[in-house]
Formats: sequence, structure tokens, C-alpha cells
Amino acid sequence: MMKQIKSVDELMKFKEAALDKIKERKADGKTTIVVGMGTCGITAGAREVMMAIIDEIDKRNLSDVIVTQTGCAGMCQHEPIVEVNKPGTPQIVYGHLDEDKARRLVFEHVINGNVISEWALVQRD
Amino acid sequence: MLELSHHILDIIENSLAAGASAIKITVIEDNSRDILSFEVADNGAGLSVEEIGQVCDPFVTSRRLRRVGLGIPLLQQAARACEGDLVIKSEKGKGTAVKATFQLSHIDRMPLGDVASTLVATVAAKPDIDLLYNHLVDGREFVFNTGWLVSEFKELPLNEVRVLSWIKSYCRDGIKKLYLSE
Repeated sequence: MMKQIKSVDELMKFKEAALDKIKERKADGKTTIVVGMGTCGITAGAREVMMAIIDEIDKRNLSDVIVTQTGCAGMCQHEPIVEVNKPGTPQIVYGHLDEDKARRLVFEHVINGNVISEWALVQRD
Repeated sequence: MLELSHHILDIIENSLAAGASAIKITVIEDNSRDILSFEVADNGAGLSVEEIGQVCDPFVTSRRLRRVGLGIPLLQQAARACEGDLVIKSEKGKGTAVKATFQLSHIDRMPLGDVASTLVATVAAKPDIDLLYNHLVDGREFVFNTGWLVSEFKELPLNEVRVLSWIKSYCRDGIKKLYLSE
């Protein structure tokens, strides 16, 4: 586990290291995690879910994972909704998440590559 | 919505959906006037006069105007319940400013909550955003501006997870200091 960046100097050092990493990186190996951040998602706790995902990725020092967001997907009753696109695994839309589930998602699906099927709303192979 | 910062994020989502590249957020807490206000101003597509009239009506707006749904009416309701109000200024092609005011000491006023997380979610949504956050508490000020970060980082997008974590702790610490009277 790497320590958290506290000062602006440390942030700039991180910038140099991250730029080197980007040069080495293969563009196709990235995992993207998309959090639904419509009014429905925000009300159901999507921001907290996103922060838990970011924190877990930071703690575990994972590279090649991008966390982003989208609007309402029309399944408001299943919010908070998160879509995980990891190369080599099925694309999964997970629903009814919370902070704890989001952290487990990072561990099970993003790191280990195991789909948590009981939380999956949609699966595209 | 449990926190005003959730409402702020919701309004920012409207700005992003309207194609804004710059967003300015101003939060003012003034104990002597017993007012809490926040404004989200963007340079997005803007609304016509007719559209401004409709955004506060949840039944008219929910599907015809996809950019705004329940978010604005919910915020308006929250503000009015606290002796405050919601004002929307907008010009087609120029941008939109949404300002909500609340009686600071009102029993029904939601806490401001975790604004740092709202800012992080915004940068994650649009890493090249020109985001200016201004927070004033009885004259003490905290400013966070992504402009210098974007120019420093250039080819490195700000949605790198470690940068997002840094933004969160930097803003959280800065905002916390606003409430410590010296």
C-alpha cells in the first residue's frame, strides 16, 4: 500500500512517475468503472459508492483503472448502479450497491476477475 | 438528498450535460446575516426564457427537457422550506447560473456535507474541467481551482485515482479550516 499524497511537492513527484507509467502502458488493458450519477443515483448514494471505489483503488495502488460516471440509465429503482468493463471478463451492470459492496466489487471483479453474479442486473458477454 | 453537497453535485451534472467546460461554484455561509447560499455557474448551452419557466415544474420537465428532471424542483423545495429560494439565470448559448439560498440556522436546513467528494466526482466526470470552487465562511475563504492543475499536468488526466484522492484530502482539509475561528 502506498502512502497518500499530502503536499503539492509530492503531487508533482507523482505526476512525473505517472507520466512514465502512461508511456509504458498498453492502451487496451484498461478497466473502466462507470457510476450512474443522475439525480436518482446521487439520492441513492452513488457519490459515496464512487468515493469508496476511488479509495479502494488508491489503497490497493491499482493502475489501469479509470473511474468515471454517467447520467440516469432509466433503472432508477436499482440505483446506485455501477458498470464494470474489465477486458477478459463479461461487461456487468451492478445494482443496489453501497460502500461496502463497492469495495468488494473492486477486490472480486476488478482484481480477481470474478463476476459477483448475485449483484448483477445486466451481463453482456 | 441528505446533504446540500448532493444537490450541488446534481446541479453540476446538469452543467456537464449542457456541455459546460467551465464551472464556478460559490458557497457562502454568513452567520451575521443568517444566510447560507450556493451558486453553480457554467458556460454550457444555457436555457431559453421558456425553458427557465419550465425547469421548476417536475411534471413538465421530466422527459421533454432531458437535461433537467427532478433535481431542480427538489432543490427549490429544500430552499423554500428554509425561508430561502432558488434563482436561475440563464442565456441561450452563454451559460446558466443556479443559486440557492437558505436560512443558515433553519431547523430543516440540510448540512452542507461532503463538498470535497462532490468536487472529486466532478473531476472524475470531466478531467479537463475548468473548475473554480470558492467557499466563504464569515469572511474566511477557501479556493480550489483545477486550472493550474490542468496546466501543470498537461498530458496526464486529472482522473488518475491518486490525483482524485489528493483533491479530496486537500479540499477536505481546506474546508475544515474554515470552521476553526482563530
